[in-house]
Amino acid sequence: MKDFTYVSPSSIGEVVGLLSENEGCAALLAGGTDLLVQLRNTNSDVDVVIDVKKISQLNDISYDVDNGLSVGAAVPCSQIYQSDIILEKYPIIIDAASIIGGKAIQNRASFGGNVCNSSPSGDAIGAMMALGATCEIVGSNGVRTVPINEFFIAPGKNILMTDEILVALKVPPPKQYSGSGYIRFTPRAEMDIAVAGVGSYLEVDRKSDQILSARIALVAVAPTPVLSTSVAQMLIGNTPIENTIQMAASLAQESISPITDVRGTAAQRKHLIGVLTKRSLNLAVSRVK
Amino acid sequence: MSSKLVVNSNINGQDVEFLIEPQQSLLEILRDAFGLTGTKEGCNDGNCGACSVLFDNRLVNACLVLGVEIEGRKVVTVEGLANINELHPVQEAFVVEDGLQCGYCTPGFIVSTKALLDQNPDPSDDEIRFWLAGNLCRCTGYDKIVKAVRHAARLMNEAR
Repeated sequence: MKDFTYVSPSSIGEVVGLLSENEGCAALLAGGTDLLVQLRNTNSDVDVVIDVKKISQLNDISYDVDNGLSVGAAVPCSQIYQSDIILEKYPIIIDAASIIGGKAIQNRASFGGNVCNSSPSGDAIGAMMALGATCEIVGSNGVRTVPINEFFIAPGKNILMTDEILVALKVPPPKQYSGSGYIRFTPRAEMDIAVAGVGSYLEVDRKSDQILSARIALVAVAPTPVLSTSVAQMLIGNTPIENTIQMAASLAQESISPITDVRGTAAQRKHLIGVLTKRSLNLAVSRVK
Repeated sequence: MSSKLVVNSNINGQDVEFLIEPQQSLLEILRDAFGLTGTKEGCNDGNCGACSVLFDNRLVNACLVLGVEIEGRKVVTVEGLANINELHPVQEAFVVEDGLQCGYCTPGFIVSTKALLDQNPDPSDDEIRFWLAGNLCRCTGYDKIVKAVRHAARLMNEAR
Protein backbone atom coordinates (compact mmCIF):
# COMPACT_ATOMS: atom_id res chain seq x y z
CA MET A 1 0.00 0.00 0.00
CA LYS A 2 1.30 3.48 -0.75
CA ASP A 3 2.15 5.87 2.09
CA PHE A 4 -0.49 8.00 3.65
CA THR A 5 -1.18 9.89 6.85
CA TYR A 6 -3.72 8.34 9.23
CA VAL A 7 -5.99 10.45 11.39
CA SER A 8 -8.91 9.46 13.60
CA PRO A 9 -10.87 12.57 14.58
CA SER A 10 -13.67 12.45 17.10
CA SER A 11 -16.08 14.98 15.56
CA ILE A 12 -17.76 15.54 12.21
CA GLY A 13 -16.53 19.14 12.24
CA GLU A 14 -12.92 17.93 12.34
CA VAL A 15 -13.60 15.53 9.46
CA VAL A 16 -15.05 18.31 7.32
CA GLY A 17 -12.03 20.49 8.15
CA LEU A 18 -9.63 17.71 7.15
CA LEU A 19 -11.57 17.01 3.94
CA SER A 20 -11.43 20.72 3.00
CA GLU A 21 -7.71 20.98 3.80
CA ASN A 22 -6.85 17.92 1.73
CA GLU A 23 -9.19 18.57 -1.14
CA GLY A 24 -9.66 15.42 -3.18
CA CYS A 25 -6.67 13.65 -1.57
CA ALA A 26 -8.42 12.35 1.56
CA ALA A 27 -10.36 9.11 1.91
CA LEU A 28 -12.82 8.23 4.65
CA LEU A 29 -12.26 4.89 6.40
CA ALA A 30 -15.14 3.04 8.02
CA GLY A 31 -14.93 -0.78 7.68
CA GLY A 32 -12.18 -0.58 5.09
CA THR A 33 -13.37 -3.64 3.18
CA ASP A 34 -13.51 -1.67 -0.07
CA LEU A 35 -11.08 1.15 0.73
CA LEU A 36 -8.07 -0.97 1.68
CA VAL A 37 -8.45 -3.07 -1.46
CA GLN A 38 -8.66 0.10 -3.55
CA LEU A 39 -5.63 1.67 -1.87
CA ARG A 40 -3.66 -1.50 -2.51
CA ASN A 41 -4.64 -2.13 -6.09
CA THR A 42 -4.97 1.24 -7.71
CA ASN A 43 -2.73 4.21 -8.29
CA SER A 44 -4.56 6.16 -5.65
CA ASP A 45 -3.96 9.83 -4.99
CA VAL A 46 -5.01 9.40 -1.37
CA ASP A 47 -2.57 11.14 0.99
CA VAL A 48 -4.74 11.15 4.10
CA VAL A 49 -6.94 8.38 5.47
CA ILE A 50 -9.56 9.68 7.90
CA ASP A 51 -10.85 6.93 10.19
CA VAL A 52 -14.41 7.93 11.14
CA LYS A 53 -15.10 5.13 13.62
CA LYS A 54 -14.43 7.29 16.69
CA ILE A 55 -17.32 9.60 15.84
CA SER A 56 -20.35 8.57 17.86
CA GLN A 57 -23.03 9.76 15.39
CA LEU A 58 -21.58 7.49 12.75
CA ASN A 59 -21.75 4.44 15.01
CA ASP A 60 -25.30 4.75 16.29
CA ILE A 61 -28.55 3.07 15.35
CA SER A 62 -31.53 5.04 16.63
CA TYR A 63 -35.28 4.87 16.14
CA ASP A 64 -38.28 6.90 17.21
CA VAL A 65 -41.88 6.78 16.05
CA ASP A 66 -41.88 10.30 14.60
CA ASN A 67 -38.58 10.36 12.75
CA GLY A 68 -38.06 6.70 12.04
CA LEU A 69 -34.69 4.98 11.79
CA SER A 70 -31.23 6.46 11.60
CA VAL A 71 -28.30 4.19 10.79
CA GLY A 72 -24.90 5.80 11.32
CA ALA A 73 -22.79 5.55 8.18
CA ALA A 74 -20.05 3.47 9.86
CA VAL A 75 -22.31 0.91 11.60
CA PRO A 76 -21.16 -2.55 10.44
CA CYS A 77 -23.60 -5.04 8.90
CA SER A 78 -23.33 -7.43 11.86
CA GLN A 79 -24.50 -4.70 14.23
CA ILE A 80 -27.38 -3.94 11.86
CA TYR A 81 -28.70 -7.51 11.79
CA GLN A 82 -28.36 -7.82 15.55
CA SER A 83 -30.63 -4.79 16.03
CA ASP A 84 -34.05 -5.81 17.39
CA ILE A 85 -35.72 -2.63 16.18
CA ILE A 86 -34.49 -3.14 12.61
CA LEU A 87 -35.56 -6.79 12.70
CA GLU A 88 -39.02 -5.79 13.85
CA LYS A 89 -39.63 -2.72 11.71
CA TYR A 90 -37.41 -3.05 8.62
CA PRO A 91 -36.66 -6.72 7.80
CA ILE A 92 -35.57 -5.72 4.26
CA ILE A 93 -32.48 -4.12 5.84
CA ILE A 94 -31.64 -7.46 7.43
CA ASP A 95 -32.12 -9.15 4.02
CA ALA A 96 -29.30 -7.00 2.66
CA ALA A 97 -27.03 -6.81 5.73
CA SER A 98 -26.84 -10.58 6.07
CA ILE A 99 -25.74 -11.25 2.46
CA ILE A 100 -23.00 -8.65 2.04
CA GLY A 101 -19.68 -10.56 2.04
CA GLY A 102 -19.05 -13.29 4.62
CA LYS A 103 -19.02 -13.06 8.41
CA ALA A 104 -15.60 -11.41 8.65
CA ILE A 105 -16.64 -8.77 6.12
CA GLN A 106 -19.99 -8.20 7.85
CA ASN A 107 -18.17 -7.43 11.10
CA ARG A 108 -16.50 -4.47 9.39
CA ALA A 109 -18.40 -3.39 6.27
CA SER A 110 -20.97 -0.64 6.77
CA PHE A 111 -24.12 0.38 4.90
CA GLY A 112 -22.68 3.90 4.63
CA GLY A 113 -19.57 2.47 2.97
CA ASN A 114 -21.68 0.39 0.60
CA VAL A 115 -23.60 3.54 -0.38
CA CYS A 116 -20.49 5.73 -0.75
CA ASN A 117 -18.67 3.07 -2.76
CA SER A 118 -21.62 3.51 -5.12
CA SER A 119 -21.34 0.22 -6.94
CA PRO A 120 -24.28 -0.60 -9.25
CA SER A 121 -24.53 -3.90 -7.34
CA GLY A 122 -24.74 -2.51 -3.79
CA ASP A 123 -27.19 -4.69 -1.82
CA ALA A 124 -27.54 -2.10 0.97
CA ILE A 125 -28.45 0.45 -1.68
CA GLY A 126 -31.24 -1.73 -3.09
CA ALA A 127 -32.80 -2.18 0.35
CA MET A 128 -32.46 1.47 1.32
CA MET A 129 -33.86 2.70 -2.01
CA ALA A 130 -36.92 0.49 -1.63
CA LEU A 131 -37.47 1.99 1.82
CA GLY A 132 -37.23 5.56 0.49
CA ALA A 133 -34.18 6.33 2.63
CA THR A 134 -32.45 9.69 2.65
CA CYS A 135 -28.75 10.44 3.02
CA GLU A 136 -27.72 12.93 5.68
CA ILE A 137 -24.63 14.70 4.41
CA VAL A 138 -22.45 17.23 6.21
CA GLY A 139 -19.92 19.53 4.53
CA SER A 140 -18.41 23.02 4.90
CA ASN A 141 -21.74 24.52 3.84
CA GLY A 142 -23.67 22.68 6.53
CA VAL A 143 -26.10 19.78 6.43
CA ARG A 144 -28.08 18.61 3.45
CA THR A 145 -30.45 15.70 3.04
CA VAL A 146 -30.67 13.89 -0.28
CA PRO A 147 -33.03 11.08 -1.28
CA ILE A 148 -30.90 7.99 -1.84
CA ASN A 149 -32.14 7.55 -5.42
CA GLU A 150 -30.58 10.95 -6.23
CA PHE A 151 -27.24 10.10 -4.59
CA PHE A 152 -25.63 8.11 -7.42
CA ILE A 153 -24.16 9.43 -10.67
CA ALA A 154 -22.27 6.53 -12.26
CA PRO A 155 -20.45 3.35 -11.18
CA GLY A 156 -18.31 4.42 -8.20
CA LYS A 157 -19.46 8.04 -8.49
CA ASN A 158 -21.91 9.96 -6.31
CA ILE A 159 -22.92 13.51 -5.48
CA LEU A 160 -20.65 13.89 -2.41
CA MET A 161 -18.44 16.97 -2.77
CA THR A 162 -14.78 16.63 -1.74
CA ASP A 163 -15.53 18.33 1.60
CA GLU A 164 -18.60 16.24 2.44
CA ILE A 165 -19.22 13.16 4.55
CA LEU A 166 -22.24 10.87 4.66
CA VAL A 167 -23.22 10.83 8.32
CA ALA A 168 -26.31 8.62 8.40
CA LEU A 169 -28.99 6.90 6.39
CA LYS A 170 -32.48 7.87 7.51
CA VAL A 171 -35.57 5.77 6.92
CA PRO A 172 -39.10 7.05 7.58
CA PRO A 173 -41.16 5.20 10.19
CA PRO A 174 -42.91 2.19 8.62
CA LYS A 175 -46.45 2.91 7.43
CA GLN A 176 -49.24 0.67 8.64
CA TYR A 177 -49.94 -2.20 6.22
CA SER A 178 -46.62 -1.90 4.47
CA GLY A 179 -44.02 -4.54 3.74
CA SER A 180 -40.69 -4.84 1.95
CA GLY A 181 -38.08 -7.37 0.88
CA TYR A 182 -34.73 -7.57 -0.92
CA ILE A 183 -33.60 -10.55 -2.98
CA ARG A 184 -30.60 -10.95 -5.27
CA PHE A 185 -29.14 -13.64 -7.46
CA THR A 186 -25.55 -14.84 -7.08
CA PRO A 187 -23.95 -18.00 -8.50
CA ARG A 188 -22.58 -18.84 -5.04
CA ALA A 189 -24.98 -18.96 -2.12
CA GLU A 190 -22.84 -16.50 -0.14
CA MET A 191 -19.66 -14.38 -0.37
CA ASP A 192 -20.61 -13.16 -3.81
CA ILE A 193 -21.71 -10.01 -5.61
CA ALA A 194 -25.19 -9.61 -7.11
CA VAL A 195 -25.67 -10.45 -10.78
CA ALA A 196 -29.00 -8.71 -10.25
CA GLY A 197 -31.08 -7.73 -7.22
CA VAL A 198 -34.51 -6.28 -6.48
CA GLY A 199 -35.80 -4.46 -3.42
CA SER A 200 -39.57 -4.04 -3.18
CA TYR A 201 -41.73 -1.93 -0.91
CA LEU A 202 -45.54 -1.86 -0.84
CA GLU A 203 -48.13 -0.06 1.18
CA VAL A 204 -51.70 -1.38 0.85
CA ASP A 205 -55.09 -0.09 1.85
CA ARG A 206 -56.37 -2.47 4.47
CA LYS A 207 -60.02 -2.34 3.37
CA SER A 208 -59.78 -2.37 -0.41
CA ASP A 209 -56.41 -4.21 -0.52
CA GLN A 210 -55.34 -1.73 -3.19
CA ILE A 211 -51.69 -0.75 -3.37
CA LEU A 212 -51.33 2.85 -2.15
CA SER A 213 -47.64 3.30 -2.79
CA ALA A 214 -44.76 1.21 -4.08
CA ARG A 215 -41.03 1.44 -4.67
CA ILE A 216 -39.09 -1.08 -6.73
CA ALA A 217 -35.29 -0.78 -6.63
CA LEU A 218 -33.35 -2.59 -9.35
CA VAL A 219 -29.74 -3.49 -8.61
CA ALA A 220 -26.82 -4.33 -10.96
CA VAL A 221 -28.80 -3.75 -14.15
CA ALA A 222 -27.90 -0.09 -14.81
CA PRO A 223 -24.88 2.18 -14.16
CA THR A 224 -26.33 2.81 -10.69
CA PRO A 225 -29.03 1.12 -8.64
CA VAL A 226 -32.32 2.62 -9.85
CA LEU A 227 -35.91 3.02 -8.76
CA SER A 228 -38.31 1.83 -11.42
CA THR A 229 -41.02 4.49 -11.52
CA SER A 230 -42.94 2.70 -14.26
CA VAL A 231 -43.35 -0.43 -12.14
CA ALA A 232 -44.31 1.58 -9.07
CA GLN A 233 -46.93 3.53 -11.03
CA MET A 234 -48.39 0.38 -12.50
CA LEU A 235 -48.72 -1.22 -9.07
CA ILE A 236 -50.55 1.71 -7.48
CA GLY A 237 -54.31 1.16 -7.44
CA ASN A 238 -54.01 -2.57 -8.16
CA THR A 239 -54.33 -5.34 -5.62
CA PRO A 240 -51.18 -7.36 -4.91
CA ILE A 241 -52.39 -10.60 -6.52
CA GLU A 242 -50.46 -12.96 -8.80
CA ASN A 243 -51.58 -11.28 -12.00
CA THR A 244 -50.50 -7.82 -10.79
CA ILE A 245 -47.14 -9.13 -9.65
CA GLN A 246 -46.60 -10.88 -13.01
CA MET A 247 -47.35 -7.62 -14.82
CA ALA A 248 -44.92 -5.76 -12.55
CA ALA A 249 -42.22 -8.35 -13.30
CA SER A 250 -42.69 -7.98 -17.08
CA LEU A 251 -42.66 -4.20 -16.83
CA ALA A 252 -39.47 -4.30 -14.72
CA GLN A 253 -37.82 -6.38 -17.45
CA GLU A 254 -38.89 -3.89 -20.12
CA SER A 255 -37.63 -0.95 -18.07
CA ILE A 256 -33.96 -2.00 -18.06
CA SER A 257 -31.09 -2.20 -20.55
CA PRO A 258 -28.45 -4.14 -18.63
CA ILE A 259 -24.95 -4.86 -19.89
CA THR A 260 -22.98 -8.08 -20.24
CA ASP A 261 -19.97 -8.28 -17.92
CA VAL A 262 -17.89 -10.78 -15.97
CA ARG A 263 -20.78 -11.58 -13.63
CA GLY A 264 -23.54 -12.18 -16.14
CA THR A 265 -24.95 -11.50 -19.58
CA ALA A 266 -27.53 -8.87 -20.46
CA ALA A 267 -30.05 -11.60 -21.30
CA GLN A 268 -29.48 -13.35 -17.98
CA ARG A 269 -29.95 -10.09 -16.11
CA LYS A 270 -33.19 -9.35 -17.95
CA HIS A 271 -34.49 -12.80 -17.08
CA LEU A 272 -33.36 -12.49 -13.46
CA ILE A 273 -35.04 -9.11 -12.96
CA GLY A 274 -38.37 -10.71 -13.86
CA VAL A 275 -37.92 -13.57 -11.39
CA LEU A 276 -36.50 -11.36 -8.63
CA THR A 277 -39.18 -8.68 -9.00
CA LYS A 278 -41.83 -11.37 -8.55
CA ARG A 279 -40.08 -12.94 -5.56
CA SER A 280 -39.27 -9.69 -3.79
CA LEU A 281 -42.83 -8.43 -4.27
CA ASN A 282 -44.19 -11.68 -2.88
CA LEU A 283 -41.80 -11.35 0.06
CA ALA A 284 -42.94 -7.75 0.62
CA VAL A 285 -46.61 -8.82 0.46
CA SER A 286 -45.96 -11.63 2.97
CA ARG A 287 -44.51 -9.07 5.38
CA VAL A 288 -47.31 -6.50 5.15
CA LYS A 289 -48.38 -5.60 8.69
CA MET B 1 7.66 8.14 3.95
CA SER B 2 4.89 8.91 6.41
CA SER B 3 5.89 9.19 10.05
CA LYS B 4 5.61 6.21 12.34
CA LEU B 5 2.89 5.93 14.95
CA VAL B 6 3.02 4.31 18.37
CA VAL B 7 0.29 1.74 18.94
CA ASN B 8 -0.67 0.11 22.24
CA SER B 9 -2.69 -3.04 22.03
CA ASN B 10 -3.23 -6.50 23.45
CA ILE B 11 -2.24 -9.40 21.22
CA ASN B 12 -2.92 -12.96 22.39
CA GLY B 13 -3.32 -11.78 25.97
CA GLN B 14 -0.13 -9.75 26.10
CA ASP B 15 -0.02 -5.96 26.28
CA VAL B 16 2.21 -4.71 23.49
CA GLU B 17 3.52 -1.38 22.28
CA PHE B 18 4.93 -1.02 18.79
CA LEU B 19 5.82 1.43 16.02
CA ILE B 20 3.96 1.25 12.78
CA GLU B 21 3.60 3.02 9.45
CA PRO B 22 -0.02 4.00 8.77
CA GLN B 23 -0.31 1.97 5.60
CA GLN B 24 0.75 -1.32 7.24
CA SER B 25 -2.08 -3.78 7.62
CA LEU B 26 -2.78 -5.75 10.77
CA LEU B 27 -1.70 -8.82 8.80
CA GLU B 28 1.74 -7.34 8.08
CA ILE B 29 2.18 -6.32 11.71
CA LEU B 30 1.22 -9.72 13.09
CA ARG B 31 3.57 -11.57 10.75
CA ASP B 32 6.50 -9.16 10.36
CA ALA B 33 6.64 -7.34 13.69
CA PHE B 34 5.44 -10.09 16.01
CA GLY B 35 6.46 -13.23 14.09
CA LEU B 36 2.91 -14.56 14.40
CA THR B 37 3.11 -16.35 11.07
CA GLY B 38 0.14 -18.63 11.77
CA THR B 39 -1.97 -15.87 10.25
CA LYS B 40 -1.48 -16.39 6.51
CA GLU B 41 -1.56 -14.06 3.56
CA GLY B 42 -3.66 -15.52 0.76
CA CYS B 43 -5.50 -13.09 -1.49
CA ASN B 44 -4.78 -9.94 0.53
CA ASP B 45 -8.19 -8.54 -0.43
CA GLY B 46 -10.71 -10.14 1.89
CA ASN B 47 -11.80 -13.10 -0.22
CA CYS B 48 -9.94 -16.14 1.14
CA GLY B 49 -10.03 -15.88 4.95
CA ALA B 50 -6.47 -17.21 5.42
CA CYS B 51 -5.75 -14.17 7.62
CA SER B 52 -8.83 -14.55 9.87
CA VAL B 53 -8.23 -13.24 13.38
CA LEU B 54 -10.40 -12.11 16.27
CA PHE B 55 -10.55 -8.35 16.76
CA ASP B 56 -12.27 -7.56 20.07
CA ASN B 57 -13.72 -11.09 19.84
CA ARG B 58 -15.16 -10.47 16.38
CA LEU B 59 -13.97 -12.30 13.29
CA VAL B 60 -12.17 -10.09 10.77
CA ASN B 61 -9.75 -10.43 7.86
CA ALA B 62 -6.42 -9.04 9.12
CA CYS B 63 -5.56 -7.90 5.59
CA LEU B 64 -8.52 -5.48 5.67
CA VAL B 65 -7.64 -3.85 9.00
CA LEU B 66 -4.96 -1.19 9.34
CA GLY B 67 -2.47 -1.97 12.08
CA VAL B 68 -3.12 1.40 13.70
CA GLU B 69 -6.77 0.51 14.16
CA ILE B 70 -5.93 -1.97 16.94
CA GLU B 71 -4.91 0.86 19.28
CA GLY B 72 -6.49 0.07 22.66
CA ARG B 73 -8.12 -3.09 21.33
CA LYS B 74 -7.64 -6.86 21.63
CA VAL B 75 -6.45 -9.20 18.90
CA VAL B 76 -6.35 -13.00 19.08
CA THR B 77 -4.59 -15.04 16.41
CA VAL B 78 -4.42 -18.81 15.95
CA GLU B 79 -1.34 -18.82 18.21
CA GLY B 80 -3.49 -17.44 21.03
CA LEU B 81 -6.01 -20.28 21.06
CA ALA B 82 -4.06 -23.23 22.49
CA ASN B 83 -2.32 -23.23 25.82
CA ILE B 84 1.21 -24.52 26.18
CA ASN B 85 0.12 -28.06 27.13
CA GLU B 86 -2.75 -28.88 24.83
CA LEU B 87 -4.44 -27.97 21.61
CA HIS B 88 -7.64 -25.95 21.56
CA PRO B 89 -10.63 -28.32 21.01
CA VAL B 90 -11.13 -26.81 17.53
CA GLN B 91 -7.52 -27.64 16.63
CA GLU B 92 -7.87 -31.14 18.07
CA ALA B 93 -11.05 -31.72 16.06
CA PHE B 94 -9.38 -30.66 12.78
CA VAL B 95 -6.56 -33.14 13.51
CA VAL B 96 -8.90 -36.01 14.40
CA GLU B 97 -11.20 -35.46 11.42
CA ASP B 98 -8.36 -34.78 8.93
CA GLY B 99 -9.86 -31.38 8.20
CA LEU B 100 -6.78 -30.26 6.30
CA GLN B 101 -4.29 -31.21 3.64
CA CYS B 102 -1.66 -28.59 2.82
CA GLY B 103 -2.69 -26.63 5.90
CA TYR B 104 -2.31 -23.14 4.50
CA CYS B 105 -5.97 -22.22 5.02
CA THR B 106 -6.22 -24.09 8.32
CA PRO B 107 -5.36 -21.30 10.79
CA GLY B 108 -8.06 -19.19 9.17
CA PHE B 109 -10.60 -22.00 9.41
CA ILE B 110 -9.65 -22.66 13.04
CA VAL B 111 -10.09 -19.03 14.06
CA SER B 112 -13.32 -18.74 12.08
CA THR B 113 -14.66 -21.92 13.69
CA LYS B 114 -13.76 -20.65 17.16
CA ALA B 115 -15.73 -17.43 16.43
CA LEU B 116 -18.69 -19.50 15.20
CA LEU B 117 -18.79 -21.84 18.20
CA ASP B 118 -18.42 -18.98 20.68
CA GLN B 119 -21.58 -17.51 19.22
CA ASN B 120 -23.48 -20.67 18.28
CA PRO B 121 -22.39 -23.78 20.27
CA ASP B 122 -24.48 -26.20 18.20
CA PRO B 123 -24.60 -25.05 14.58
CA SER B 124 -26.32 -26.99 11.80
CA ASP B 125 -24.32 -28.03 8.72
CA ASP B 126 -25.93 -25.19 6.79
CA GLU B 127 -24.96 -22.68 9.46
CA ILE B 128 -21.40 -24.05 9.47
CA ARG B 129 -21.09 -23.78 5.69
CA PHE B 130 -22.59 -20.30 5.62
CA TRP B 131 -20.31 -19.10 8.41
CA LEU B 132 -17.21 -20.55 6.78
CA ALA B 133 -18.05 -19.17 3.31
CA GLY B 134 -15.38 -16.52 3.82
CA ASN B 135 -12.67 -19.18 4.18
CA LEU B 136 -11.44 -20.91 1.05
CA CYS B 137 -9.71 -24.31 0.94
CA ARG B 138 -8.28 -25.44 -2.37
CA CYS B 139 -7.31 -29.01 -1.48
CA THR B 140 -9.42 -30.78 1.15
CA GLY B 141 -12.86 -29.93 -0.06
CA TYR B 142 -15.20 -28.85 2.66
CA ASP B 143 -16.84 -32.06 3.92
CA LYS B 144 -14.06 -32.97 6.31
CA ILE B 145 -13.84 -29.40 7.52
CA VAL B 146 -17.57 -29.37 8.30
CA LYS B 147 -17.15 -32.70 10.12
CA ALA B 148 -14.27 -31.21 12.09
CA VAL B 149 -16.43 -28.26 13.12
CA ARG B 150 -19.21 -30.60 14.30
CA HIS B 151 -16.59 -32.60 16.22
CA ALA B 152 -15.23 -29.41 17.79
CA ALA B 153 -18.74 -28.39 18.83
CA ARG B 154 -19.17 -31.76 20.57
CA LEU B 155 -15.81 -31.46 22.36
CA MET B 156 -16.54 -27.94 23.52
CA ASN B 157 -20.06 -28.80 24.67
CA GLU B 158 -18.77 -31.82 26.63
CA ALA B 159 -16.24 -29.61 28.37
CA ARG B 160 -18.87 -27.09 29.45
